[in-house]
Amino acid sequence: MDLSNYLVLASVLFTIGAATVLLRRNAIIVFMGIELMLNASNLAFVTFARMHGDLTGQVVAFFVMVVAAAEVVVGLAIIVSIFRTRGSASVDDANLLKS
Amino acid sequence: MASGAEAVLFWCLAPLMVIAALGLVLARKAVHATLCVVFVMVCLAVLYVAQEAPFLGIVQVVVYTGAVMMLFLFVIMLVGVDASDSLVETIRGQRLVGWLLGLGLGAVLVGVLGRVAFPEGVGLEVANEVTNPVGLARILLSDFVFALEIVGILLVTAAIAALTLTHKQRLTARVGQKEMADARVAGGGSLTPLPAPGVYAQRNAMDVPALDAQGRPLESSVSRVLRVRGQERSAPVDPQIRRLDDPGPAGPAVDPPARTTEEES
Repeated sequence: MDLSNYLVLASVLFTIGAATVLLRRNAIIVFMGIELMLNASNLAFVTFARMHGDLTGQVVAFFVMVVAAAEVVVGLAIIVSIFRTRGSASVDDANLLKS
Repeated sequence: MASGAEAVLFWCLAPLMVIAALGLVLARKAVHATLCVVFVMVCLAVLYVAQEAPFLGIVQVVVYTGAVMMLFLFVIMLVGVDASDSLVETIRGQRLVGWLLGLGLGAVLVGVLGRVAFPEGVGLEVANEVTNPVGLARILLSDFVFALEIVGILLVTAAIAALTLTHKQRLTARVGQKEMADARVAGGGSLTPLPAPGVYAQRNAMDVPALDAQGRPLESSVSRVLRVRGQERSAPVDPQIRRLDDPGPAGPAVDPPARTTEEES
């Protein structure tokens, strides 16, 4: 089996994550799409690390995980506070800046 | 490079992962989408271990499935399980354009990968000689030590940000048990707790409404969550029991109390 199969899987997962961001309205599900994209890039990093015999790719994947954890904490806090004030978790309803 | 066993593992997991990821796009309920993503994360951890990255595999399970996805589940429970997607398009044709863009992105990515000739994999036997975590730590604490410090600051900032964002300033007086009881008496509603679900003589279930004294189902006896999710069952209709206000085919449901003989005399 070729290692590029892992890269194809990573790009398919990335595409599905991007499609989720484009198609879904629920802010939480949109957020999970972003998580899926980050994970797909992590899989590509790990595969490249193995392909080149260099652990730096794994270190970068580790940093991506840490940043994703911080991002989830802040993002979910924003979603919860928007839900408290507006009573909805849909990205269409968050148009305060527009009106 | 990759052994036969790894190929079997990959071809078993990859289709399942893609199906579960599609569940994220297609599942109507947020909880189902979350569980699909949890499955994808666990499979990714297995693939990391198979790709000679055991440390990242364990971190993936601990951080992603253990912390991040459970946080997502908590927030879904907080925001409301019944918060489902609206199917109304605010921008016309947005759904179609979204699908087209998604498919286009996928085609571009896979097409590019198909045209690139990758070198034969080197493998990590040399780099992982002193075990994978030690090898990672050597790079992390030498080349990336400044980035590690920055990430530490970032995590502290994120924690404080989450605390301040979700902090609620108390603008009104605290509502305790006494105030709630007073409000309930003043409101004039039902003072007693809501009726318990279930028709005890025949059934003992959460999703069956209780019957009132006249045999009518009590809407308020079934939990709101079950009603929202459409899992409420109707009360069983027993032909033997006739309602008091229903005259029925054979006269009044309850005979008038029989007069005793000494009353007549």
